[in-house]
Amino acid sequence: MIQALRKDARLRRWTLLAPAMLFIGFFMLAPIGLMAYVSVLERGEFGGVEWGVFSIDAYWSFFFERELDGSVAVNTDYLQIFLRSFWLSLVTTLLALLAGFPTALYMALQPERYRNVLVFLVTIPFWTNLLVRNYAWILLLRNNGLIDASLNKLGITSEPINVLYTPFATGIGLTYSFLPFMVLPIYASLEKLDFRLVEAAFDLGADRLRALFRIIVPLSAPGIIAGCILVFVPCLGAYVTPELLGGSKSMMIGNLIQAQFGASRNWPFGAALAFTLLAIVLLAMMVYAMRFRGQAPGETRQ
Amino acid sequence: MNASSVAVEAHSVTKIFPGKPPVHALEDASVAIGAGEFFTLLGPSGCGKTTLLRLIAGFEQPSAGELILYGKTLGHLPPFRRPINTVFQSYALFPHLSVSRNIAFGLEMRKAPRAEISGRVEEMLALVQLEKLGDRRPSQLSGGQQQRVALARALANHPKVLLLDEPLSALDLKLRKEMQLELKRLQLETGITFIFVTHDQEEALTMSDRIAVMRDGRILQIGTPTQIYERPEDRFVADFIGDSNFLDAECRGVNGDGVGFVLAGGGELSVADGHGCTAGDRVTLAVRPERIDLDIPDASRVTGKVENVVYFGTDTTYHVMLSGGTRVQVRVQNRTGSRPKLNPGDAVGIAFPPDAVQVLRR
Amino acid sequence: MSGHRGNPLWRFRGVAPSAGLFFAYLYLPTAVLIALSFNENRIATIWTGFSPHWYGVVLSNDDILRAARNSLVIAIAASLAGTTLATFAALATNSERFRGQSLVNGLLALPLLVPEIVTAVATLLFFVLIGLKLGIMTVIIAHTVFCIPFAYLPIRARLQGMDPALGHAAADLYANEWQAFTRVTLPLLWPGILSGGVLAFIISLDDFVITYFVAGAGATTLPVYIFGMIRIGVTPEVNAVSALMLMVSIVMVSISWLIGRARR
Repeated sequence: MIQALRKDARLRRWTLLAPAMLFIGFFMLAPIGLMAYVSVLERGEFGGVEWGVFSIDAYWSFFFERELDGSVAVNTDYLQIFLRSFWLSLVTTLLALLAGFPTALYMALQPERYRNVLVFLVTIPFWTNLLVRNYAWILLLRNNGLIDASLNKLGITSEPINVLYTPFATGIGLTYSFLPFMVLPIYASLEKLDFRLVEAAFDLGADRLRALFRIIVPLSAPGIIAGCILVFVPCLGAYVTPELLGGSKSMMIGNLIQAQFGASRNWPFGAALAFTLLAIVLLAMMVYAMRFRGQAPGETRQ
Repeated sequence: MNASSVAVEAHSVTKIFPGKPPVHALEDASVAIGAGEFFTLLGPSGCGKTTLLRLIAGFEQPSAGELILYGKTLGHLPPFRRPINTVFQSYALFPHLSVSRNIAFGLEMRKAPRAEISGRVEEMLALVQLEKLGDRRPSQLSGGQQQRVALARALANHPKVLLLDEPLSALDLKLRKEMQLELKRLQLETGITFIFVTHDQEEALTMSDRIAVMRDGRILQIGTPTQIYERPEDRFVADFIGDSNFLDAECRGVNGDGVGFVLAGGGELSVADGHGCTAGDRVTLAVRPERIDLDIPDASRVTGKVENVVYFGTDTTYHVMLSGGTRVQVRVQNRTGSRPKLNPGDAVGIAFPPDAVQVLRR
Repeated sequence: MSGHRGNPLWRFRGVAPSAGLFFAYLYLPTAVLIALSFNENRIATIWTGFSPHWYGVVLSNDDILRAARNSLVIAIAASLAGTTLATFAALATNSERFRGQSLVNGLLALPLLVPEIVTAVATLLFFVLIGLKLGIMTVIIAHTVFCIPFAYLPIRARLQGMDPALGHAAADLYANEWQAFTRVTLPLLWPGILSGGVLAFIISLDDFVITYFVAGAGATTLPVYIFGMIRIGVTPEVNAVSALMLMVSIVMVSISWLIGRARR
């Protein structure tokens, strides 16, 4: 067997790959498949599931509910949560883009030795605990928190600001959490940009603004799109930020899912929600992969 | 060339780039380029020719000195406000735009009417012979075609001055020679002032009306190709352009043929233009290999022995050791048959025509 | 590009202030958190003096220490396992393109693509189905899954940056496959493996959502414990332990970065 491994490169390759692939396959792919299965099962009487009993109740309850008298009514609660999640994710992505692009451009225009430091500074928040970072915003945003107290002391406000536990606070937290995800791909694109092309644009009569929108932005489009996806998708499935900063009135999909495995104990519904979220995410990824397959940031479609 | 037809002037332009240590890219450069001229900046890499070009284009600001375009100081005017266009060494074609859109770019920036733009683009495509390729992307073109698009894109704006930064260096030899003729033709046809940067001295000699030879940030000599070649003033210029023999000599004063010199190792010759040397001055003389005459050894002329004979089809180069110890190369065209007349070891006499010898600044 | 500094041509208006605001927004909250963690006062918004008092309180809290130990154990185990599997995978995918490459890349990247909450739910259901009791082991398994891609990326990058001629040179000098691997490839790859390992460690230490779902009663990790504390309310203890986690993460990231820079 060792001899065979020595000789055949392909056998060797797949042997080396097997552990990692099997691990991920077994502990990720299989569970996801299982989750899809659970989503079409009947809810158990005391929570959990009735294995083997099929029902599309979970998906049905996205939109409808059964009244006490047995009639069917439209339930918009969950729709609202979905819409709110989409809306917040969209706004967050836009804000991150508006803040992130100029920052990435600034970084790309710096000399080499400063750039590495800046990249490092952008990366650090990515590696620190999301929970802790969002907690910091609680300190800042709550009534009698830092911002409220400062505004009060400066005489700007006399009433509590009541920002915490609103969608607005969630938005602030989401933008904060995902800013590095927007900046880094855009920076990667801009770093590979041949700025001699911008010189050529200057030479041909384009001022800085025109050069920006006619040359720099189109050529960094892959990075911009990557950044938008890297922000939008995790935002959609966010749990920590809306849980800490949004309160019960600003639930997002993630909170709704978690509730099904906590107090509500409606596992099929939770599984259905999670599977739907996954489907949306994978769809977005596939669209991106098909449109931009194999392109490095900085390249443009031929 | 009178004052009103001077296109570009540089007055003592200096450019220092920050760094440890700072880079003196250009030192005290002054030149006046006439309208409609094909002017070349020639020199090895690092000599400052590209820096000067970029200063004229506006991509950098001079540390000292002034740049003037048709009598008006350029000052801090950004590139997009200068009626100057550049053909970049890397072509810098916009990869996300078609060939036509590339060419049209400058006109679109100046908000020209749509009809005018499409007309001009057609005209330019015809001018560089790329008529059917308007809708292609730059990456779909060959190197030579890309180069022509870069040219068309710049010319489309009818600039007052066209800057060309080593535009032919990426092309293979045959294509380069074709493009040299093409560029020369274009320049004569359009009458635009061309400022051309190259390190290839052959290119400079064949295409230019005038050449500025540069080295280490300084302009060494400005002149027509003939002047540069036949009357180099500087040892570097004499060496960089074509081949030269260098001889140390001491001035003997005026004589019947001009100014007399004695070579360091012995032997005498006369120079037509002594450049104001007086007896006793030690100078370096430069003489081109093809201007030296070989003859039978004669006591009154410089003598030597043939060390090496290199046959090259069109001509033969003789490496001769002069009796005083200096080596010279003598190039003789192979006119009569293909066999060189002399062999290694032969004694030979050297004659230097007085007007072929240059006295160099030390 | 370095010639652009100081050249007014490249001063795009608004870019520098935007960048400044960006970094301020990015670091202000955590800076505030760390500052307030040293507030002597119990009430966060009234500063009464600089004091590391609350750190002492936190570090003598048995529950917190237990949670911290759990976090460490899990992180070490998961990062070791994940890095090992990732190293094998990186070695396997290094050479020329092979059939099924996109599939492999996709599978290896899957933990990064799937939203954490989805992974958490799916993993929980899976453990319930196969009857595995929720505890430290389940957390370690779940963490290893996402440690693999995080370790894979820097190792792969390092491998790709290695000159293939080195392997040929070793063979030319009579090294067999194993010798070439242990004497040439492995030593050069080592910083990448280390770097990947540290990153996987940090990611495991910081993880919350997945851990929250699949940890049993006795497997509380530090982030899960902190979450519980936050639920109850804002206290100086929370500030201190949060600041502590922050600083540990920053130190570890810096170490990883320095490793990456050292042997270039």
